[in-house]
Amino acid sequence: MQSLKMLVRIALVVAASFARAGDPAPAAGDEIARGKYLVTTSGCHDCHTPLKMTPQGPAPDMERMLSGHPEQLEMPPAPQLPAGPWIVSVAGTNTAWSGPWGVSFTANLTPDKETGLGKWTVRTFTDTIRTGRHLGRGREILPPMPIPAYKNFNDQDLAAIFAYLQTIPAVKNKVPAPRAPIAATAGNTQGH
Amino acid sequence: MIRGGRNWFLKLALAGVCLPAVVRADELPRRLADTGLYVGGGTQVRPDVLPFSPQYPLWSDGAAKRRWIWLPPGTRIDASQPDAWDFPRGTRLWKEFAHGRALETRFIERADDGSWRFGSYVWNAEGTDALLAPATGLRDLPAPNAPGAHYTIPSVDDCRACHEGAPVPVLGFSALQLSPDRDPLAPHAEKVAGAVDLRVLAARGLLRNLSPELLAHPPRIAAADPAERAALGYLHGNCGNCHNDEGPLAVLDLTLAQRVARPSPVLSSIVGVQSQFVPPGAPRDAVRLAPGHLASSVIAARMSSRDPLQQMPPLGTSAVDTEALALVSRWIESFPNHSSN
Repeated sequence: MQSLKMLVRIALVVAASFARAGDPAPAAGDEIARGKYLVTTSGCHDCHTPLKMTPQGPAPDMERMLSGHPEQLEMPPAPQLPAGPWIVSVAGTNTAWSGPWGVSFTANLTPDKETGLGKWTVRTFTDTIRTGRHLGRGREILPPMPIPAYKNFNDQDLAAIFAYLQTIPAVKNKVPAPRAPIAATAGNTQGH
Repeated sequence: MIRGGRNWFLKLALAGVCLPAVVRADELPRRLADTGLYVGGGTQVRPDVLPFSPQYPLWSDGAAKRRWIWLPPGTRIDASQPDAWDFPRGTRLWKEFAHGRALETRFIERADDGSWRFGSYVWNAEGTDALLAPATGLRDLPAPNAPGAHYTIPSVDDCRACHEGAPVPVLGFSALQLSPDRDPLAPHAEKVAGAVDLRVLAARGLLRNLSPELLAHPPRIAAADPAERAALGYLHGNCGNCHNDEGPLAVLDLTLAQRVARPSPVLSSIVGVQSQFVPPGAPRDAVRLAPGHLASSVIAARMSSRDPLQQMPPLGTSAVDTEALALVSRWIESFPNHSSN
């Protein structure tokens, strides 16, 4: 898992470099445009927009843009990999990932009020990225979300990303809760 | 009271005791001894540092705790908002955690600019000195008497995750938590000699703008019976810091915080209300609290789990609070009999 985290950090350090401290607050239009720029250059679509198969190969399903793992796609138990350097399995949609942390499903980032970020405030979003915890105070956000890189965004960039995400089409899609690692599932219901 | 505070100042000055140095805005002292908790270089608590004991304490895996507050001489807490006291600049609070011996002391301080700083100090094995922990915290320190024989120091981010979820980041020091009308059924409540409560603070003049009504009728959670009062109090002290209707998690429409100033929508936000989090294997329409049906109540399921993906609270504990779980479970199971239903 450490090696995966390292790869993610390296791959996305470029994204973090877009952060610019000390800039004056942008106008609303500028902020949304910058948010769109950051979202499209920082790899958000890679995992949060499901891939679909086309004659040309896998392509983002833009009708589900940034809506996370499709709730209709119920994933079977993840394959158990033998011990060795291969540690991750990924759904063809790129929205479900299995590894030593369990199974993670990418979140719905659209402004749907019930299943997405529609009720969130910019503080909720900023706290989430900064702390690496769901809603800024809940469970830890799981790989492959590159929190170690994104937490370095400055406040203005995080606000811009959030502002843009609030303008995209809302998609009602209830993403499933993450699953615990198989080994941990049996013994973790009564504490330790 | 202001006079009393100045008296302590004078006594200490006459005794040659060094007053705590002003902490720089950008860092905390490296040693706990330099935060102003103790007299001189020892571990005797300064006489102007006040012990307190909230009636609904936070569960921390059974750790024994001691808590103190210090207010700069001549300052007072503005209690005009009974659920969000405004602490003067320079306020300091400490909380010591022990499993057999002291392991950690957490420290928060209000800076001159009104912001709050958080830090944790790790005790040496001899109990003679405690040093500032890294901002990233320390995981799994050896602690033979703690659950699992290890102990984790939280990161500063985790400090903020809990403390900044409430209207005021000082938790456990409020009109309700310090009410002299203490709940005899509250789990893990400690009687601490010399601990200040609402009346003592008022008598010492350390509060201003406190409603006289709160002294005549100290705060008490409205409940159908004593067991419900204790259950609601436990949820207030352990969950309400984040789950309230004023902080950043208000977006969840889940309130477990009690309010003195107004009725709190706790029951209406949980009883029969669909849970946004659906535990694996649970029906998609699982509810937060199903009256009379413990197995269908997500609140109990999350309290009873220490799977990091499900457990509540999500941090600061690795062992289920069995006493509190039993209390809340009995409350849920008997809920239909309550007049407050």
